[in-house]
Amino acid sequence: MSDAFAWLYSDVVKEHFTNPKNVLNPDEGFVSNAEGMTGNIKCGDQMMFLLRIEGDVIADARWKTYGCASAIASTSMLSEVIKGMGIKEAYNIKPDDIVKRLGGLPDNKIHCSVLGDKALRAAIDDYLAKNGREGEFRNEGARIICSCLNISDRDIEEAVKQGARDWNGLQERTKIGTVCGGCKTAAEELLHEYVHIFA
Amino acid sequence: MNRMERRLVYMDYNATTPLRPEVKAAMIEDLEVFANASSMHEAGRRARARVEEARARVARLVGADDPERVIFTSGGSESNNTVFATMFHLGRAGSRRGIVTTKIEHPCVLNAAKWLEAEGFPVTFLDVDEYGMVRLDQLRASVGPDTLLVSVMAANNEIGTIQDMAAISGVAKAAGAFFHSDATQAVGKVRVDVREWGVDYMTMSCHKLYGPKGVGALYARPGAPLEPLIRGGHQEHGFRAGTYNNQGILGFGLAADLARAELDEYSARVRALRNRMRDGIVASVPKVRVNGHPESVLPNTLNVSFPGAEGEAILLSLDLEGIRVSTGSACASGSLEPSHVLLATGVGPELAHGSIRFSLGRDTTEAEVDYVVSKIGPIIARLRAMSTVSY
Repeated sequence: MSDAFAWLYSDVVKEHFTNPKNVLNPDEGFVSNAEGMTGNIKCGDQMMFLLRIEGDVIADARWKTYGCASAIASTSMLSEVIKGMGIKEAYNIKPDDIVKRLGGLPDNKIHCSVLGDKALRAAIDDYLAKNGREGEFRNEGARIICSCLNISDRDIEEAVKQGARDWNGLQERTKIGTVCGGCKTAAEELLHEYVHIFA
Repeated sequence: MNRMERRLVYMDYNATTPLRPEVKAAMIEDLEVFANASSMHEAGRRARARVEEARARVARLVGADDPERVIFTSGGSESNNTVFATMFHLGRAGSRRGIVTTKIEHPCVLNAAKWLEAEGFPVTFLDVDEYGMVRLDQLRASVGPDTLLVSVMAANNEIGTIQDMAAISGVAKAAGAFFHSDATQAVGKVRVDVREWGVDYMTMSCHKLYGPKGVGALYARPGAPLEPLIRGGHQEHGFRAGTYNNQGILGFGLAADLARAELDEYSARVRALRNRMRDGIVASVPKVRVNGHPESVLPNTLNVSFPGAEGEAILLSLDLEGIRVSTGSACASGSLEPSHVLLATGVGPELAHGSIRFSLGRDTTEAEVDYVVSKIGPIIARLRAMSTVSY
């Protein structure tokens, strides 16, 4: 099994795909205080994170996913990385960090790793909301897309969650691109990605 | 698992087939005949005789009375494109321009039809029923005095459904339209007769019937107009220029002859294995859905949806066990859309993402089928256990 064609992705992906870590076992009675779910099985992938957070630190994590090998491996890797991590740091994990730890993914598979951190953030947001701190991390790790109006990728994500499905819908909710319009290409790429994930 | 138990099982024969040893041996022997089959000298005449013998063999496999109307091409995609290019020229010159095809065609027909659509030809993509069969009432309603071509694949590559060819050709004929069929997956697997099917044009590929890649054929009924896609020399009566692919064509002829001689035995044996596999999977994996037509289906093709498990993950799990299959999942193709064929049959995207195509072949054994059945259950159970989707 040592030749380059014996497996499609990296050996790390293979290990996490064949022996995924921290998959939720319904019989173990895992106690969580934060839950997040993202994705849509119509699009072929959906992920769920359950966290036990103690004093703003992730004490333990479990997950489930309907998805391809890359999705399973990246969620598994993410679940290992966040154990013992503060929730603010975990909230700022980028898909790129996970892809690097996995030894890389083909370009058309990067999408699969994006869902994991979105499900994780949804779980942390859930924890914050349950503790009267709703939206506290809204701008953590956000990337400004429209510099004229200071609109971030998180704002676009939120607009899609609220129902924006196209450029006009996004503009109605955020006013993005109404000044110089230079952000339109980048914003539309994100819009497409988020519609795929959340719609 | 015990390494000794690991097998290598190829179950992707609809993607391509291995070269038959007899065909391979004949092609290697033929490599000594290097002459250009268009040359007038003795060596050229000998090479040409082999080409013409192969043509007669291919014609015999599909019941074509006139071998001259079998034109060798580089494969199924070229044959299909030649027909659509012909329609482009006919449509520009005449009043009929309507193209009627289906939503479940191979991408080379779909994209050729979309090209004509972009060129201003009215194109209809017919729906299919839950088994993948063309709805004849919809076909009748879509075909009229403006229809130039009806193009319907004989057997589907993903789900194996075989169309009612005589009925479809009857509708096309009654409207005065040409009828083309992409029979790439049917030829060599089921009995094909161009007269019974009433085709004006029919596409064939060699590498699906244990011959070499890079060679195919287009049958055109005597009198059916044909415009070359590749212009040049006078080969193939000017319908397809280019120096003869001697060894490929010879291999095609031999593979066609062997397929014809063994067709009944192949069909019965492979169908029994396919049904054994279907029954084994249905019995050992809860809540699966078998796609395609229950009877009018290729003897070797079994398409199954596994709710709750994703296709690429299933495919790669099987791959790790040495089992080679295909999937209709979007994740495997890198696109976001799952199989257009399954979606057309009304299978929801959730199920389409979790579908696997097992395509068996003449080398498939009962032991291989049982091995795959024994592996698929635990793989699906493992993926379902980590899935967010209840099924």
